[in-house]
Amino acid sequence: MNFSEVFKQSNQLCKVSPDGKYLATCVQYRLVIRDVNTLQILNLYTCLDQISHMEWSSDSLFILCAMYKRGLVQVWSLEQPDWHCKIDEGSIGLVSSRWSPDGRHILNTTEFHLRITVWSLCTKAVSYIKYPKACQKGLDFSRDGCYMALAERRDCKDYVSIFVCDDWHLLRHFETETQDLSGLEWSPNGCVLAVWESCLEYKMLLYSLDGRLLSTYSAYEWSLGIKSVSWSPSSQFLAIGSFDEKVRILNHITWKKIAQFEHPAIIDNTKTVYKEIEKRPAVSSDEMSLHDITVASSLFSTQSKYDISPLPVQIPVVKPDPDRANPKIGVSALAFSSDSRYIATKNDNMATAVWVWDMQKLRLEAVLEQTSTIRCFQWDPRRPRLALCTGNSKLYLWSPGGCVSVQVPAEGGFQVHSLNWHCSGDSLILIGKDQLCLCLPKNRILKFYQYIYQHN
Amino acid sequence: MGDWGLTETSMDNYEISSLSHVEMSPSRHNNLMSAYSLPSSKSSYSVISAFCTEDNIPQCISYINQELGSLGLAAHIQADPPGRASLNAAPALNAMYELLQIHRRTMNSVEELEKEQLKKTSTLEHMQTSNSRLKDQLELSIREKSGLHETERQLQLKLKTLQSCLKTEKDEVQKLQSIIASRASQYSHDAKRKEREAAKLKERLSQLLVDRKDKKLAIEMLNSLGRSDGKRSHWKTAKATASREAEMYKSLLSDYEASQRALMLENAELQKVLQQMKKEMMHILSPCPPLNRGGSAEESQELGDSDREERSAETSRETLDQSCEHAREQLTNSIRQQWRKLRNHVQKLDNQASLVQNQPPSNAEVIPLETHEQEVERMRLEVQQCKEFIHAQQQLLQQQLNTSFDDETAALLNGCYTLEEKERLKEEWRLFDEQKRNFEKERKNFTEAAIRLGREKRAFEEDRAAWLKHQFLSMTPFADRMRSSSSDGQSALSVKSEPEIKTSSSKVPPVKSSAYTTFSTPKPSKSAAVPSTIDVCRTLRLIPDYSSSRHSNQRRWQESGATEDEESWLKSKSKVCSSDLSIFSLDEDKNPLT
Repeated sequence: MNFSEVFKQSNQLCKVSPDGKYLATCVQYRLVIRDVNTLQILNLYTCLDQISHMEWSSDSLFILCAMYKRGLVQVWSLEQPDWHCKIDEGSIGLVSSRWSPDGRHILNTTEFHLRITVWSLCTKAVSYIKYPKACQKGLDFSRDGCYMALAERRDCKDYVSIFVCDDWHLLRHFETETQDLSGLEWSPNGCVLAVWESCLEYKMLLYSLDGRLLSTYSAYEWSLGIKSVSWSPSSQFLAIGSFDEKVRILNHITWKKIAQFEHPAIIDNTKTVYKEIEKRPAVSSDEMSLHDITVASSLFSTQSKYDISPLPVQIPVVKPDPDRANPKIGVSALAFSSDSRYIATKNDNMATAVWVWDMQKLRLEAVLEQTSTIRCFQWDPRRPRLALCTGNSKLYLWSPGGCVSVQVPAEGGFQVHSLNWHCSGDSLILIGKDQLCLCLPKNRILKFYQYIYQHN
Repeated sequence: MGDWGLTETSMDNYEISSLSHVEMSPSRHNNLMSAYSLPSSKSSYSVISAFCTEDNIPQCISYINQELGSLGLAAHIQADPPGRASLNAAPALNAMYELLQIHRRTMNSVEELEKEQLKKTSTLEHMQTSNSRLKDQLELSIREKSGLHETERQLQLKLKTLQSCLKTEKDEVQKLQSIIASRASQYSHDAKRKEREAAKLKERLSQLLVDRKDKKLAIEMLNSLGRSDGKRSHWKTAKATASREAEMYKSLLSDYEASQRALMLENAELQKVLQQMKKEMMHILSPCPPLNRGGSAEESQELGDSDREERSAETSRETLDQSCEHAREQLTNSIRQQWRKLRNHVQKLDNQASLVQNQPPSNAEVIPLETHEQEVERMRLEVQQCKEFIHAQQQLLQQQLNTSFDDETAALLNGCYTLEEKERLKEEWRLFDEQKRNFEKERKNFTEAAIRLGREKRAFEEDRAAWLKHQFLSMTPFADRMRSSSSDGQSALSVKSEPEIKTSSSKVPPVKSSAYTTFSTPKPSKSAAVPSTIDVCRTLRLIPDYSSSRHSNQRRWQESGATEDEESWLKSKSKVCSSDLSIFSLDEDKNPLT
């Protein structure tokens, strides 16, 4: 496992370009472009204010920097450093800014969701989309970049508009059977649109590209409903995590439930439960010498490793406060691995555990019990390999062959708050509070484990 | 006389004892009482003292006789002739003896009766105590019963109150539900109102912003960009709209087609499985009718079954060709039938098995079954052991893996890798050595053959020279001599060289094969024969070219080595032996290792 040196960043803004060649980081009002391999600075742009949002265009040629407080968006070109573009939304305000899939249009959402402004960088033309709905995920582009689905609210009713991204032609506009639509997401093949109700009611609607209602699914009534939704990369499954601590898997043929993954506090039917165990290195006081600072610093960082707990295992559960809104219970995060073979989930009232389920056998594959709360987990975009972090100075990796905990060797207590895989799966960006670090996991050990796993 | 008196008193004593016991046997007493026709039998002592006197001996005798007669004894006591106050002793003694006997018997019976009496009294006592105990118990249970009654009453009361509570709760729930519903409707109504207001506000706000002619709303750009696809933008026309629609439907259609194809594939697979299952079922079921042919009724059923089977077979054949709905129905029906039959069959088998189990193990067929079971048990055990073994291994492996995720263990792993690699290289080196040795042998053979050939060639040359000389000396016509000499020479050459080739080629392959067997070569004879003949030709033409032959040979077994690499080794080392040069580099690499 190799780690780069630590770089500064702010607002956790650092992204690898879609082609995987460049790394863009924001430091206050500066935008720094580096080469991913050498980490040398290629370009440095200065914005008008502190950057609150940054995004690469799909062709990796432009970068958008949004300054929401000032209602400003600045666009920079990688090829022509002196090219510049500035979009001012004026007094109407700005809450969200994003690229269109073609990388030539910018969609700005104004304050109070009054409208979405579509700016064309080809023609300088402006168009507006009115009545966008302010919700969890009200806008989604299809994976191939052809279509955009947008949730709208008119006359106290929910609508979905489907636009052709090429020329912003309104393809379909239909009312949905929801009381209060909360989100929508395209299936990866771009033919089915999943639309779900707000958490007050468990309701999942599936629409075809031409606006026909394909199916409706509701698991139960009355209690709080859907909390998270994820399509499998093969478009074969739709996983729905809900407040009742369960994940339900719908199939793409009948749109009925084919599996239900529960998150019991006592686990007794899985292959392995990995439990992280921390141990402080025992160094006696006379061994500590002033000149050996590295030893001293390593004293404060605890070592950790994984242990296989014998079944059954009790997972610590935190009972949520019933009087608070958005109770910390239920499946809040779920992610399919790139080959759709595994799904990783996190149940909010068992915040220290990540659950990995096997989608072929439809059963629990492994549980990772950490010592602290899980901040973020993400699958390797190429291999079935899960990286996770818990806000401490360690990086954890799971693969079917085993589990690794790696100490980030950066100085000054680098704490990993979130992480991002490089699109090739060869490196990993670890993002701390105001720093970042590149990690190159040596594949050899993992390969070794995979090899052993295959030959077991 | 004294004797007599003694006996009398003793007899009296008996009487007394008998009298004292009279109460117990009242019948006898009555008898006696009736027998004593004497007054005041109650004061017996006085009577006895006056029973027999000198005067009334005959009366006494008669009385006693009478008494004896009434007792069923022969009354033989006779008085001596009157005037003599004595008895005829023998009958009297007999009578006395008998009386004594009777008395003893009665005494015995009395004793028995006494015992019985005692026993009875003890049982009576026992009965009484048990009775009292039972009475206590009864009382207790009655008390308990009353207690239970009381609790039951209380519980019922409780139940009643609970039921009423439930009712009120239900009412409450209903009320609450209605409240919730009303609140929800109120809330949604309010929310809608607010939303409308908000929408109005938004509208107003945007209107205001538009009216104000917000100068700031602007885009500044150095120069416009081209489209990402390099094309120019189109006008929005009806045609474009239509084309959009068409595109959308196209993508939808393609998706549906893809899914349909996938489904069809799946369907076909399932059908295949179904067919196979059916076939196998039929195969299983077909030999059973002759086995089970017992009664006539069964036979007819079996016939019907076989008929059905045939029919189903036909239908299955049909379904292979067509996949319309009624065919599917037929297929499922036939499968269902087969399944039913199979189930019946299995049930029958089960019954048979149970019968066999119930029967005493007399017939010889049972023994193999038992042994079979034992065997199965043993195998199961073995499997269990194996599983445990595997499990233990896995655990060990896991432990090893999980204990080692630190750097040092990574280093250790790396060490393992290098060690493994070393091992492999050693192996390779060994193989290579063997090859080399083989090759050396081969080369020696070649040189020997070549030398022999050279010698023979020389001999032949000399022979020919001699022959030519002879010919020349014999002075035959020129043309004839030429023809014959050339043909002869050729024939001689061919005759002489062919065995050489044969020997050389026959000598070479064994060496080669030994070299190849270590590699499991795919092409054995031809590749081995062809280069050898070439080599032979080479040797015929000039002095053996070692380097070239060695080269070619080396290349050959490199190839085989490469194939071997691909076959067996996971991490191929073929790059090491990718060219001739690399072989020598491998040499150098290995030397420090070995």
